[in-house]
Amino acid sequence: MGPDNKARGSASKPYRYPRHRLAVRIMHWVNVLAVTVLLMSGLQIFNAHAALYWGQSSYSGHPPVLQITTIRGSDGRPIGVTRVLGHEFRTTGVLGVSSTDGQPTARAFPAWATIPGPQWLAMGRRWHFFFAWVFFVNGALYVAYSVLTRHLNRDLLPTRDDWRSIGRSILDHLRLRHPTGEAARRYNVLQKLAYLAVMFALLPLILLMGLGMSPRLDSLWPGWVSVFGGRQAMRTLHFIIAWAIVLFVLVHVFEVIISGFWNNLRSMITGHYDVPAAPHDSSR
Amino acid sequence: MTVPGSPSRRKFLAAALGGACTALLTGCDKLSNTQWFPKLLGTGEHLNRTAQGLLTSRKSMAQEFTEADLSPEFRSNGTDYPDDPAYRALAANQFADWALRVDGLVNRPGDFSLARLRSMRSRTQITRHDCVEGWSAIGKWTGVPLSEVLAVVQPQPQARYVVFHCADVMDDGDPYYESVDLDDAYHPQTILAYALNGKTLPIANGAPLRVRVERQLGYKMAKYVMRIELVNSFETIADGQGGYWEDRGYEWYAGI
Repeated sequence: MGPDNKARGSASKPYRYPRHRLAVRIMHWVNVLAVTVLLMSGLQIFNAHAALYWGQSSYSGHPPVLQITTIRGSDGRPIGVTRVLGHEFRTTGVLGVSSTDGQPTARAFPAWATIPGPQWLAMGRRWHFFFAWVFFVNGALYVAYSVLTRHLNRDLLPTRDDWRSIGRSILDHLRLRHPTGEAARRYNVLQKLAYLAVMFALLPLILLMGLGMSPRLDSLWPGWVSVFGGRQAMRTLHFIIAWAIVLFVLVHVFEVIISGFWNNLRSMITGHYDVPAAPHDSSR
Repeated sequence: MTVPGSPSRRKFLAAALGGACTALLTGCDKLSNTQWFPKLLGTGEHLNRTAQGLLTSRKSMAQEFTEADLSPEFRSNGTDYPDDPAYRALAANQFADWALRVDGLVNRPGDFSLARLRSMRSRTQITRHDCVEGWSAIGKWTGVPLSEVLAVVQPQPQARYVVFHCADVMDDGDPYYESVDLDDAYHPQTILAYALNGKTLPIANGAPLRVRVERQLGYKMAKYVMRIELVNSFETIADGQGGYWEDRGYEWYAGI
């Protein structure tokens, strides 16, 4: 399949080149699988106690920072209620009450968002911990690979030019403009920063917050969990970072779609990427 | 700049995405109900146990807190008053006739009354109780270290696990039980608690005696303990997974 925008009297011709190497493509899709399962099995685990707190304990006399619950309306019908920092929202249909096999069911996150679908904590934990290992090993391999092959240095760390062009890059993103010609072969600076923030901040942090909930790892150095606000605070942070990762994925998929969906998707499957023609390519 | 994708292509994409999500969900639920897949997923438990054993020492201590951190009320979970008539008769008499039976692979099986347990060396600890559901509560526990009781009964060399048999019969008719290995059994914070927050252990929290295994989740900390049995393997007890919840799919190693 050819590129969508055919060259019309441009200075450079469109061409195809190998963009993503096999190892990166495999690790990308393993990560997609692992993050999807971790999110959905995580929501299953959350449902077992659908409230988040700050501090070490859930019973400190302070109300939860987030709570998803079910109340009965005056007509006896269940109403889904979500309370965030003292604000209350009616969320029937999605949070608190949702349809399971056609029946309104009291549960925090709906069956379509959890693995497994029915409330089944023991099975959700199995999925979560197995795919946590898949995610961890895959991530560790990716970082090692990126350092050893200089993928990190060459493609991901912002250059001096990148830092200088950050203002223009923000404007380009807001106008949904995307590079053509030689510039399309490189990640732009916002893209690089987003990838680095996810890889070296969000993903390690969510892992750490998960480990902070382990009573055995609590004993690694008594008191370390308090540094992050306590076990319940770490559970809350684990949840917040999970949604920050979801936000990244949404923006990532949005950018993939508007900057040439099939081209991007193909480059992450077969590796081949079509460089769009640049009407005013400065290199020609 | 052209926006890729004609309406029909977009419709196809939306349908494909919806189809993929439905397939993923039904697929995951089907896999969860097979024999082999949960077993494969269960390898995560062994990895957790091995990794946590490598990262922390056998005697590493769980964090302890101060009186200021105590939860106003320590939540009762699971059974709050066992139905068993024999248990209720003991409770009616403040457990004066109750005695903990310790037997199995030991040289000197014995019975320990509450008075005897209270006269032994005690340990008081303010610790955080972490339920598998996700909540935590902080309580002050006083009891006799399990190691003190084991020193009296003298486990035999082939003993590998300590099994706690309980008075509470769950809704499905099966009695509660739990087990730990000898590392946790001899851990300084593993105690048989008879007091909570400075008062006699309430029935809702497991009177007359409950286990504290501070480096594992709450379901390991059996309440209403009637008998302690040392075994080489728990395969022949109930469904053979080492505990009531373990028999229902939860991990035997509850370190995370």
